Amino acid sequence: MTADPKGVLTGVHFLDGDHAACEGALAAGCRFVSGYPITPSTEVVERFAQRIPMVGGVFIQMEDELAASITMLGAVWGGKKVMTVTSGPGLSLMMEHLGLAYITEAPCVFIDVQRGGPSTGLPTLPAQADMMQVKWGSHGDYEIIALVPDSPQECFDLTIKAFNLAEQWRVPVFLMMDEVVGHMTERVVIPEASAIEITERRWTKKAPGEYRPFDACADGVPAMAKAGDGHRIHVTGLTHDERGWPALTPKSQDKLIRRLTNKIRDNADALADIREDQCEGADVIVVSYGITSRVASSAVLQARAQGLKVGHARLVVAWPFPTTRIAYLATQCRAMVVPELNLGQMVHEVSRAVAGKVPVRLVDHAGGTVHDPKVILDCILGAAR
Amino acid sequence: MSETTLNDDQDLSGLPLVDNPVMPYLRQERIPHIWCPGCGIGTTVNCFTRALEEAALDLDKVAIVSGIGCTGRVAGYLNLDSFHTTHGRAIPFATGLKLANPDLNVVVYSGDGDLFAIGGNHFMHAARRNMDLLVVCVNNFTYGMTGGQVAPTTPIGATQTTMPFGNFENPASLPFLADAAGATFVARWTVFHVRQLTRCFKEALGKKGFRFIEIMAPCPTLFLRRNRLGDGVDMVRQYKERSVLRNGADTKEVAVGMEGDIVVGTFVDRERPTWLEAMNSHFSSVLGDRYRTYGG
Amino acid sequence: MSDATPVRKAKGTVFVQPEVCKGCSYCIEFCPTDCLEFSREFNAKGYHFPVLGRPEDCTGCGLCGLYCPDFAIFGMRFKDIEAAKAASLASHPTR
Repeated sequence: MTADPKGVLTGVHFLDGDHAACEGALAAGCRFVSGYPITPSTEVVERFAQRIPMVGGVFIQMEDELAASITMLGAVWGGKKVMTVTSGPGLSLMMEHLGLAYITEAPCVFIDVQRGGPSTGLPTLPAQADMMQVKWGSHGDYEIIALVPDSPQECFDLTIKAFNLAEQWRVPVFLMMDEVVGHMTERVVIPEASAIEITERRWTKKAPGEYRPFDACADGVPAMAKAGDGHRIHVTGLTHDERGWPALTPKSQDKLIRRLTNKIRDNADALADIREDQCEGADVIVVSYGITSRVASSAVLQARAQGLKVGHARLVVAWPFPTTRIAYLATQCRAMVVPELNLGQMVHEVSRAVAGKVPVRLVDHAGGTVHDPKVILDCILGAAR
Repeated sequence: MSETTLNDDQDLSGLPLVDNPVMPYLRQERIPHIWCPGCGIGTTVNCFTRALEEAALDLDKVAIVSGIGCTGRVAGYLNLDSFHTTHGRAIPFATGLKLANPDLNVVVYSGDGDLFAIGGNHFMHAARRNMDLLVVCVNNFTYGMTGGQVAPTTPIGATQTTMPFGNFENPASLPFLADAAGATFVARWTVFHVRQLTRCFKEALGKKGFRFIEIMAPCPTLFLRRNRLGDGVDMVRQYKERSVLRNGADTKEVAVGMEGDIVVGTFVDRERPTWLEAMNSHFSSVLGDRYRTYGG
Repeated sequence: MSDATPVRKAKGTVFVQPEVCKGCSYCIEFCPTDCLEFSREFNAKGYHFPVLGRPEDCTGCGLCGLYCPDFAIFGMRFKDIEAAKAASLASHPTR
């Protein structure tokens, strides 16, 4: 399928990341957004509120982020492609409904524009300190997909990808921006609708009575039905069986939770998206993501100018973590450097994948601005010695 | 499945020729339910299903949304599209469901703790917006599922596990809250009033806007026993004796205590544009032809 | 019939599923004609369940079925039972 032209603002634009993400959602077919204002994400929903009356759909500003995140989930079962948008404190409030989205296999997109935390922290300034929260913040075992753009163009492109992955795997998918990417304005090219690939929802073809809403197909993903289709579905946040009925036993828990996690774990390699630059034969590989990868690029170029063999691996998909590829890269270099706008989050995943084969050095930052490239350069130089 | 006291010619194929009228509306394989002896929730389900029958609605277009708690289990037993959501969030879930598919008749069915403590903010805003939902609150004055803790409806003086020396907090009067927040239909009945409640459900199902029905129901296990109020039947007898019908009553004057009148009836019945109607008419007027009218 | 005590005639009856009854007694307490009473025997859960103690008084009004929180009893008027049976037979002609 290709995109519905109604939502596609084809052309060359000058947009910030927040606005570009909104255009990505509209192009992907998102026709329902429930949100709550929070800096620095608000521009996404402001633009959606402005655009949706002419596209055909609904925006509703709810009374808080708990409401915003579950109103979105209600709209999933009404048949819409849906999204909610938030930042720091709002993300914390949405954690319960991340879990509900996951266990009910509701395809949906969360956009998190990261700011400094904890708590109210630095509302207008950047951080990358929610990377672990989205993976571990809701209770229980779960797996998600999280995409990390480093430019407004990628905010557009990856939002479409987020919707497509949400539909393909019936999981909540995160777009993890940060304040700088959200607010930086750059050229964004929006293609013709016919050039945008869209994954449609996998509706069941079974008749009412035959359909079991949580009976997985071969890829582990069940086909969907929506309310009003005559299937009389039951959807619960309780552990459930294939019929969707509560099944509160260790056996049913094991069956359901393993299926849900395996949808992602078994496909982690296929989901991986690492943009590698001169990693083969490098002495030092910098592993970065989001805005920090742009700062790191500068440090990498300076290191190469000094004659060092430095590779750069940028994670476009942060979750599931590309363990296999990072483990391979660790066999190709002598050290890894991980700069991130937090005091150490994804570096733990890198270290886990590297498993002691080479040293892994963190270039941390408490947030509020981006790294000074020189600090990353110094770490690269130190690692190369 | 029924044993007849009438005659024995039912055994033609092992199936009954007449069945409990509630059965077609239930997921029968899930019965018996989890509710305690004398719990009033099942009684409200009878009335609701009779009303569905009498209202002759297309049941494929009726969806039910519950939160968490004893009443939160209603969704799972009804043979409708049904959603058992998170604690307190049935109303915003239902809001998304209704807005995404306006053809659905969406009913929220939950308890007093769920709708008015953890979910109180959502109740207020959905009523303010006049979201097109029927919200049913089974009010048993307590948190049943977690073992009898104080609720926002617990009358002063009642003992609960987290108010072991008696409740000193002022309880909320639910019809007053609903009225003040802008609900278009507000009624209260008790599980004694099964016929009136059935009629009330039917009437409310046929209306539009944010409609609220409070149903007082006994929780014998955790509210009555702890307060030495006898069995469920003793409380329902109290409902019979203490209830006073006052349609159109000022909702300021319908608060309920451990003793005294229980005012029942339809207190509010008015019309306002629903959220979707308001959105469509507003955008049509300010955006004209540019607006793509939303119908789901 | 020389002694002219009018014999009351039942207009309906009740159907009970004893095994799901939890003995709350709502049906017995709130029956408008007071025609139900507790069984002498227990069901498997140990509850007494309702039986039609005075069948001649039953009007088949169905109130017991509206009250019963456990869906264990319902009442029907004879004419509705006949109609339901006819409908059921019509939809299951092989019976």
